[in-house]
Amino acid sequence: MTSSDIAARRRWMGVLAKARPPEIDEAWSALGAPSGYVHLRRPETGLAMVRGRMGGDGAAFNVGEMTVTRCSVRLADGAVGHAYVAGRDASHAERAAVIDALLQDEERRASIEALVIAPLERAQAERRDMASRKAAATRVDFFTMIRGET
Amino acid sequence: MTTLSHTGPAGGVPPTGPLPGFGDPVQDAQGVFRAVLDAMARPGTIHDLALGIEAPAPLSAGSAAVLMALADFETPVWLDGAAESAEAAAHLRFHCGCPLASEPAEAVFALVAGPALMPPLSAFAVGTEEYPDRSCTVIVQVASLAAGAGWVLTGPGIRDRASLRVGGLPPAFAGWVRDNHAGFPLGVDLVFTCGGRIAALPRSTRIGE
Repeated sequence: MTSSDIAARRRWMGVLAKARPPEIDEAWSALGAPSGYVHLRRPETGLAMVRGRMGGDGAAFNVGEMTVTRCSVRLADGAVGHAYVAGRDASHAERAAVIDALLQDEERRASIEALVIAPLERAQAERRDMASRKAAATRVDFFTMIRGET
Repeated sequence: MTTLSHTGPAGGVPPTGPLPGFGDPVQDAQGVFRAVLDAMARPGTIHDLALGIEAPAPLSAGSAAVLMALADFETPVWLDGAAESAEAAAHLRFHCGCPLASEPAEAVFALVAGPALMPPLSAFAVGTEEYPDRSCTVIVQVASLAAGAGWVLTGPGIRDRASLRVGGLPPAFAGWVRDNHAGFPLGVDLVFTCGGRIAALPRSTRIGE
């Protein structure tokens, strides 16, 4: 796996993880409810520690724990798919894992990409854009007046 | 005891690729833990794990189940020459998340698939006087495991005496076990697996012919 493959897979796994469960259900029907896979790891819910850095270069600190559900599946052709999704929706994790496995087939990748990943990514970009607009509209700028000491 | 199936919503187990772990991770891991606990508490008794799990060659279902129940990211696992395959290593890394030790002395669990060529038990970590629990648990995949006409076992957890016959071990093995017992409270604990059946020999057990 080259670094560009890793980057591509990271992108679609991220899109699947950030999608909302109803959107995943729609994508699932659009794909015709794939079958014929086995669970390598059944959906299981746990906690993951989220870490952050102040300003991108500070020391790492623990922001807090979040609920994560993970799942791994294997298709009949041997492709293995993994998913780690936020929340405790088992079918979201399972379906995201199956879609991840399907996307590894290079022949079908373009069609699944157009059918599932691109619309999900668009919806997420719109949500993000909306949220940042709302935040920007209510932004307050603080000014500190220079006191007359100089 | 349940027989487990790993098929997804439709379709059978594909022929190649990684294998599933426990069908029901919580119940199955606790069941295996209980079996290991009982086997350790009553040395010489044989317990059937009765799990329908598959394991990649050369791991037996019993060894894979014991490792999946016990090993995790804090416990380096050492595989002997016979157990060391890419599939086995990948299986353990995926299902246990355990690091693989390169030397027997670094391992918290050791898996011996070819007992005829195994290193002596003194090659494994026996713990320290302060922390005798920092020792290795050695899982040995043996050719046969039966009660009776073999070693005579005495010690804690055994009323009067127990007997156990283990096939496929090197001739020096009984001597290693005696030396291991002589070092009590230091020493390694042994788990024998044969298919899906297990028996255990903790360091506290004395063996005689």
